[in-house]
Amino acid sequence: MAAMGPALTFCALFLPFVGALAAPFAITRFGDRGAWLLALFPALAFMHFCGFLPEIAAGEVATGGYAWAPSFNLSFSWFLDGLSLTFSLLITGIGTLIVIYSGAYMNGHPQQGRFLSFILLFMGAMLGLVVSDSFLMLFIYWELTSVSSFLLIGFDHEREAARRAALQALIVTGGGGLCLLAGLVFLWNITGVTQLSLLVHLGDALRQSPFYLAALLLVLAGAFTKSAQFPFHFWLPNAMEAPAPVSAYLHSATMVKAGVYLLMRLNPVMGDTPAWEILLPFFGGLTLLTGTMLGLRQTDMKLILAYTTVASLGLLVMLTGFGSPHAIQAAVLYLLAHSLFKGALFMVAGAVDHETGMRDVTRLAGLRTAMPVTFLAALLAALSMGGLPLFFGFLAKEEIYLALWSGNPRAVFFTLLAVIGNALMFALAFAVALKPFIGRRAAATAGVHEGPLMLLLGPVLLAVLGLVAALAPGLSHRYISSPMASAITDEKTVIDITTMPHWGMPLLLSVLTVLLGLLVYWRIDAARAGMLRVLESLGPGPDRGFDILVAGLIRFSVLVTRLLQPGRLEIYVTATFIMLAVALLVPLFVFGEMPALPAWPRDMLIQEAAFLAIALIGIIAVLRAKDRLTAIVSLGIQGFAVAVIFLLFGAPDLSFTQFMVETLSVVILTLVMTRLRLDPSDHRPLGQMLPDAVIAIACGLGFTLLLLRSLEVPFDMRLTEFFNAYSKVIAHGANVVNVIIVDFRGTDTLGEISVVMITGLAVLALIRVRAGRRAP
Amino acid sequence: MEVLFAVLIGCFFGAAIYLMLSKHTVRILLGVALLGNGVNLLLFTTGRLVREVPPIIPAGLDTLAPGTANPLPQALILTAIVISFSFFAFLLVLTYRAYQELGTDDSDDMRLAEPRDEPLPPMGY
Amino acid sequence: MNTLILRTVAPGLTALMLLFSIFVLLRGHNEPGGGFIGGLIAASALAIYGIAFGVGAVRRAMRFHPMTIAGAGLFMSTISGLVSILFGVPFMTGLWIYPSFLGAEVPLSTVMSFDLGVYLVVLGSIVSIALALEQDSEPEEQAVAPLPSPAELRPEVKKRRDPRRRAKESR
Repeated sequence: MAAMGPALTFCALFLPFVGALAAPFAITRFGDRGAWLLALFPALAFMHFCGFLPEIAAGEVATGGYAWAPSFNLSFSWFLDGLSLTFSLLITGIGTLIVIYSGAYMNGHPQQGRFLSFILLFMGAMLGLVVSDSFLMLFIYWELTSVSSFLLIGFDHEREAARRAALQALIVTGGGGLCLLAGLVFLWNITGVTQLSLLVHLGDALRQSPFYLAALLLVLAGAFTKSAQFPFHFWLPNAMEAPAPVSAYLHSATMVKAGVYLLMRLNPVMGDTPAWEILLPFFGGLTLLTGTMLGLRQTDMKLILAYTTVASLGLLVMLTGFGSPHAIQAAVLYLLAHSLFKGALFMVAGAVDHETGMRDVTRLAGLRTAMPVTFLAALLAALSMGGLPLFFGFLAKEEIYLALWSGNPRAVFFTLLAVIGNALMFALAFAVALKPFIGRRAAATAGVHEGPLMLLLGPVLLAVLGLVAALAPGLSHRYISSPMASAITDEKTVIDITTMPHWGMPLLLSVLTVLLGLLVYWRIDAARAGMLRVLESLGPGPDRGFDILVAGLIRFSVLVTRLLQPGRLEIYVTATFIMLAVALLVPLFVFGEMPALPAWPRDMLIQEAAFLAIALIGIIAVLRAKDRLTAIVSLGIQGFAVAVIFLLFGAPDLSFTQFMVETLSVVILTLVMTRLRLDPSDHRPLGQMLPDAVIAIACGLGFTLLLLRSLEVPFDMRLTEFFNAYSKVIAHGANVVNVIIVDFRGTDTLGEISVVMITGLAVLALIRVRAGRRAP
Repeated sequence: MEVLFAVLIGCFFGAAIYLMLSKHTVRILLGVALLGNGVNLLLFTTGRLVREVPPIIPAGLDTLAPGTANPLPQALILTAIVISFSFFAFLLVLTYRAYQELGTDDSDDMRLAEPRDEPLPPMGY
Repeated sequence: MNTLILRTVAPGLTALMLLFSIFVLLRGHNEPGGGFIGGLIAASALAIYGIAFGVGAVRRAMRFHPMTIAGAGLFMSTISGLVSILFGVPFMTGLWIYPSFLGAEVPLSTVMSFDLGVYLVVLGSIVSIALALEQDSEPEEQAVAPLPSPAELRPEVKKRRDPRRRAKESR
């Protein structure tokens, strides 16, 4: 087993991806029941990770991996401690329930297989993210979760709202991912390691580095966008365009917690500095307040839950950055509780939507008789969310108040914030979980009945788990909470809070929270109307800003495209050659590399001079030719002159080749040109001729000067000498040119003849393509 | 001797670039042909000029006699000639077919892919 | 270019040029010449034949499509490079053998077959381009039939063909 361990873990990490491949086939073959089969993939991975529990609880870590590119110090390596293991269990455990739930929720949808495939793809990405040890692997999985989130939000891609939400989420979280990459590169540069497990011991070096703040800000940009912190919170409510299972899984229980995970993971390394302890609680607190306030306005069950999720994420970030061991313990407990109750509540909202076709809390009422099991799950989850005794949420809230309440002004401020936030969340929890089920049954919901088992299993299990975990605190603390807190604080931490209320300030604050929450719940319609008025007076938020940004980006790109690509070939060519002239001449002038004025060559032989002159005449004739046939003949003149020049200077191979090529060129040029019926003269006007001539002369001059300059330095003969020395001895050839072509540089020649062949094919295709064009 | 070559090569490049700046694809084509020769001569001259003695090892010797031409640029140019010829043939056919389809060799009139009054892209999502 | 002189001279000229191209190809390793030049000479030879008799005649004379010949050449060159794998030396290493043929030692090498591949690629591609252009520019009905070769004029050939055809028809 020990030897098999890493291989098994590797398989477990890739099981969801295998499931993603199998999903479309399973659904096509078995219909909705295929979801049970697909749930086996995450369930197996869940069981595998459960096997690590005793080991991790004992304070050990499990690592493994395979070298990927050793020369770059890159590896596929994973690292399981309390934090990673808890996240892995949440991902695979809730994932199993979500897959089953999706089987019923999406039943009859033509793309159900694709949906499950995306869900499993996300699961694999998220699992990879939380166990990654190497930076690069972390980043790749991080972006993969963004991409799969994009696919799932935009799943219903025929609606524009879904497309917009998907794109928005991708831009915000993907952009944050790029910041994260930059931040990771900073970390790598500062510490010289590329693995999280090695980074832990280098915290002091990192905190003292002058680049600490830059690295911190970049990492925070990644974490805050992913976890929807203010001012990036707007994408998460929009992401509710996705089907309910996605909201329950990605946008409450797992993916949005990736940012929190990253902060928790880096807490021992980057935490404990003033910047950390100011930025995190500030933005977290602001997000908590923003989320609850905006949530108050909503009437859609999913949107209310989405805003409370934003608020909860703010609370988690605030606690993570608060800087005391108790705050970390509180964050751990709240994260666990939140995953359980929020996942359950989203699934309840989905079930209600699935059965009634509505999600508006002001219109839904009296469903308790029609959907008793769903009601039970909703109630249990809401009690946990409200933080009432006997539930896991209560443990979390007690711990939060215990951590925050220490008497100094900062603590009082954040305690106040937490009380207000929690009270509002209490009210919203019951607005979603109680309001639709009590009261007189609305006429619109007549004939509604309970959902099938697949739809109930998830919410009920999660909600009950929130109760059981709190009732058996010894077990849950020992295996889950304590190891996780130990991993975050990097020292042995034991959580021992129980459900028994104990007298003290925390309990008092809890009671205050509940009373406040009850007040708001009682007057929720008034509170909603008031909040609407406040928001109207505030004006548009960052969501509108995103639209303006995107529209501006499109306009800007159109402007740039029109400027750089006006669609006229001559402008491109002119720009290219102006740049060429600048590149040739400016360095010669600027760096003082002008060649010395050469002496008049006296060693020139008469025939050499004659052929140079003929070539020149040929060029002039091409330029001055009035019609095209003359130009072609003149082209032949300079070509043959060049061939003779090659011959005169010891290159018979070149000479013959040039002769043949010139002959063939003239032949095929004539073949084509005689078929084109063009205007006899196409001379350009003077206004165009002059600038063209200036550019051309500048380039020509540049090449002359460059050549003269390069002739002033001695030629590097090493390559020539190598070919000379081995041509006969090793390659058995006396014609050194040919030996270079076919032997020494044979691979180059192979590439070159491939090019010749491809041109032949392209010409053939161009000539042939006419057949069948313009079919009437 | 190299000086005159440098001047000639400058003329080659100048003429080639002047032709390539034309609007008419046929002239551009002639420019490309001239450019190929200019580049070949540039390579040839950079490898230093030696009169008449080709880089062929005489019978009975194992290496080239002193004073023979440099084989390295020749090997580069030999393949370059053939490649630039096939490239030239391809451009020629492209010009020819463009003329057949569009009825012109004026590049300003070839606006099929980039029409003059192209509308804005959609601003929605 | 349907002139009598060209049509008379072209077959002989083409044959000579093809022969010369192979000569240039084979001597390329030790004297000026080689696959590129040989291929170009052969291509010009076929172009001349095409100008004299039209594209159809060249295609018939070549038997294979020119691009097939080019493809075979590229294949040959690649294989010549790959042979070295069998001997555990790097790609494109030249290998030589010296079999004795009629008492004379004939040096053969992968380098030589590589050069032959180059020859075929250049020949095939350029003939293909030239033929495509010629064919495209000449109207179909004006295509000129080649002069009948002496072999085709011989009566025995026709006689030998005729009985076969008759036998087929009678079956």
